[in-house]
Amino acid sequence: MSKEELEKKALVSLLNIASAWYDQMKSGEIPSISLPTRTKYNIEFDDASEVWKYGDKESLRNAASAKSATHILKMAYVIAFIKQQLAENRSSTLREMYYISEGWKRAKFGAQDESNFLIEDLEILSEVPREGFHLHPEENGASIYGPMRIREETRRGMKTLHCQDDVGQAGYTIPNNVENIEFVDHDAKFVIAIETGGMYDRLIENGFDEEHNAILVHLKGQPARSTRRMLNRISTTWDLPILVFTDGDPWSYRIYGSVAYGAIKSAHMSEMLATPKAQFLGLRPSDIRDYNLPSDKLSDKDIEALRSELTDPRFATDYWRKEINLQIDMGLKSEQQAFAARGLDFVTKKYLPDRLTAMGII
Amino acid sequence: MPQLPRWLRLVLADELAKQQRSISVAEFFEKNKHLLGFDSPTRGVITTIKEAVDNSLDACEEAQVLPDIFISIKKTGPEVFRIIVEDNGPGIVPKQIPFVFGKLLYGSRFHQIRQTRGQQGIGISAAVLYAQLTSGLPTIVISRTGPKEPAYRFEIQIKIETNEPDILVQEPFEWDRIHGTRVQIEFKSTMAAKKKLLEYLRYTSVVNPHARFRVELDDESFTFERVSQEVIVCPVAIQPHPHGIELGQFKRMTAATDLKLLEFLVEGFSRVGKKIAQEMCDRAGLKGTLKANGLSADQQKALLAAMQEIVVPAPPTSQCLSPIGEELIRRGLDKEFQMDFVAARTRPNAVFSGHPFMVEAAIGYGGKLPAEGNAIILRFANRVPLMYQQGACAITECIMNVNWRAYNLSQQGLPMGPVLILVHVASTNVPFTSESKDAIASIPEIEKEIVLALQDLGRELKNFVSRRDKNKLAEDRARAVCAIIPEIAEKVSEIVEKPLVDTTPIEGKLMKKLIAKKATRNGKVTLELANYSNYDGEITAYDISADDAADAVPKADFVSEMDGQFTKVWKMTIPPKTVWHTEYSGKGGGILEIRGIDDNKKMVVDLDV
Repeated sequence: MSKEELEKKALVSLLNIASAWYDQMKSGEIPSISLPTRTKYNIEFDDASEVWKYGDKESLRNAASAKSATHILKMAYVIAFIKQQLAENRSSTLREMYYISEGWKRAKFGAQDESNFLIEDLEILSEVPREGFHLHPEENGASIYGPMRIREETRRGMKTLHCQDDVGQAGYTIPNNVENIEFVDHDAKFVIAIETGGMYDRLIENGFDEEHNAILVHLKGQPARSTRRMLNRISTTWDLPILVFTDGDPWSYRIYGSVAYGAIKSAHMSEMLATPKAQFLGLRPSDIRDYNLPSDKLSDKDIEALRSELTDPRFATDYWRKEINLQIDMGLKSEQQAFAARGLDFVTKKYLPDRLTAMGII
Repeated sequence: MPQLPRWLRLVLADELAKQQRSISVAEFFEKNKHLLGFDSPTRGVITTIKEAVDNSLDACEEAQVLPDIFISIKKTGPEVFRIIVEDNGPGIVPKQIPFVFGKLLYGSRFHQIRQTRGQQGIGISAAVLYAQLTSGLPTIVISRTGPKEPAYRFEIQIKIETNEPDILVQEPFEWDRIHGTRVQIEFKSTMAAKKKLLEYLRYTSVVNPHARFRVELDDESFTFERVSQEVIVCPVAIQPHPHGIELGQFKRMTAATDLKLLEFLVEGFSRVGKKIAQEMCDRAGLKGTLKANGLSADQQKALLAAMQEIVVPAPPTSQCLSPIGEELIRRGLDKEFQMDFVAARTRPNAVFSGHPFMVEAAIGYGGKLPAEGNAIILRFANRVPLMYQQGACAITECIMNVNWRAYNLSQQGLPMGPVLILVHVASTNVPFTSESKDAIASIPEIEKEIVLALQDLGRELKNFVSRRDKNKLAEDRARAVCAIIPEIAEKVSEIVEKPLVDTTPIEGKLMKKLIAKKATRNGKVTLELANYSNYDGEITAYDISADDAADAVPKADFVSEMDGQFTKVWKMTIPPKTVWHTEYSGKGGGILEIRGIDDNKKMVVDLDV
């Protein structure tokens, strides 16, 4: 869809929402709006696209209580704001919009989470990603390093970049909007998406990318939308195996979950953001045991998170049940950098080659 | 240990006996300060004030006067504090003063069986001893027993070796009070426990609503006002109950009488008649005509055992106990804690091991109580707050054993949230876990009563909260409909670029009430009363704010001013499905009240909030 088409679609759908409210009130009804329930109890596996999307559970918000009425009022203010932004061809960051809401009196946001959540609601209702509203996140994407060439439209014209030869030590920074990137060619066998910057740097320093023809992606913790979209596009364009390498704790499994299956918060965009073919490389609870890694005790919060994952449909596989139960039994977690206890080369010379061989990648 | 020859053992025993000597009570307490609540200097202040205040309250009660108690704490030197407690009680006769303050274990109430605050007579003299040990200063006592008597001033210490008072000064004194007692004690301490001290006074004031406390803490002063003008009825002493007596006391009683056994039992014990007395004598194998003071030790033991076995009715409880009463507990709590809800229970009198007791409890909720964290627990024994060892107290255990979740409170051991729980145990003999009287021991009979009272109050609290939630829901809805939906309408109409949609039909459909709205825009205040019900609304509207509404259309029927606040009154009849409104220049704010219609048929919405 072209930029203009996207914007037109956004405007039309948002105005439809407002018109529906207008008509409701005109006929003496309380304004209301229906949205899919955005919890783990309402995500379903879509066989066709192999990602998790929202199911058909809907919750109706009607303005009969102060809380719901305020929510609808805020939505109305945001719609008016986007309408103006599109008309004036301007854009703002999510954080800027949060600050702009300061002047909206009763409709102002209490926290940025609230405004982000509301924008996601509007994405769901309009089926337009937030770029169509001229809203973008303030954080830049993570970085990527490896034998691949891309072409990007920049303010200084089209640029073609090789993600090893033409970039600095830290790699190529993934832009907010990945849609404008063209994937030229590559010489890679697989992609490793890494949770922590320390491990990403370790692999670059040890020359892992050159030795194994690997593309390295730094996830920077829970990956931003643009990072996930990047992985999705690499996977669909070049059909390369995507491997996720994180810490060995419940929060890191959620990182893998959002890369592979889609996040619960953005399940409406799973098709664009999730990479169903992504595989979990490690750190598995069984690695903690088998490699006898230095570890910390699980906190109560960790255990609670692990238990919650056992009821999460995205983790309802034998593989995850076995690993999570093993971890609860052991009561331990480890960071990926714990491999350093066995020497700085251990991870690139031993652990990764062993795991990749076992997984049939090399 | 190998046996020593007999002669050697004798010699040793003789030697040891030479070294042994009796130690006086005073010496004993000097070494065991913690037993009396003087284990730290910080705590010493509270204990001293507590003992002095207890004495004052007890004395006022006995004399049937409303207590006016003045407390002052001043720093007089490095780490030295001067504590003064002054009351308007009956005073103490000069002859007694040295013994009351200068001799441990001297007290008028020690042998009486009724509810009193102080019991053992250790308290205030322990403070005198503590002062003497830490600052070396004597305690100054001024007391006067009536307008015709002169006041006397004493400086007193305790002779530690003999536990006898040491009078340093005794002189007549010009005193402006006509009766009362003033104690001045100076000792080493800190004011680290200031908060706890004020807490203690506040709690004391809650359960003694007839007393007024004035407090001067260095330069700050506080007053805890009385809320009741009624003097509390002084509990009457009763005879001991046969089931609540121990051998020592029994021996003292037999030694002090010259009655025959049968009469001694009838006269000396409560609820013992001739028939029961005879049964006791028969069971013990003793003749009722024996002299009670002539019993051998074995006979005493046999009789005491027999007394425990015979069934005796429970002791009379009504006169020897003095409950605070549900009404006064509520008023006392209301005064010190601003809460949304207070309920109190006084349980019927009951008995444990021959001692009458009674439990009172109260629950407060909401208001200015902290919304987070554990409930505030107020524990009392005989109207005295228990300030320490909350965890070791049977009251705390009972509170934790109640399932508060059943009453919609969250609970982690103790209930959580904006909750206050008060428990008062009154008894002729409160069973404390130790001599410092900080915690009540676990006695099943008492615990049962506490739990019953709390459960009863829990149910009442639950009713209140659910009723309030229902009202809240209705108010919430009214706010949404009357205040927010019009704003939605404004914004949405702007987005779709159509004329402003009217939302009053939604209001009418939902509310079926009389809706009064007050809004302030651009210096104009609008009052709008819409009658969505099916009845004529004969209404009086009271609008109280700083605006005089001189230009109101229609004009107010009546305007009055007080301290810059104008009360504007409109009277009108609003037929069904019609709207009345008025407008005037002003800043708005204040209160809008509608009278002449049931609470559940009206809703007042302040759109400026």
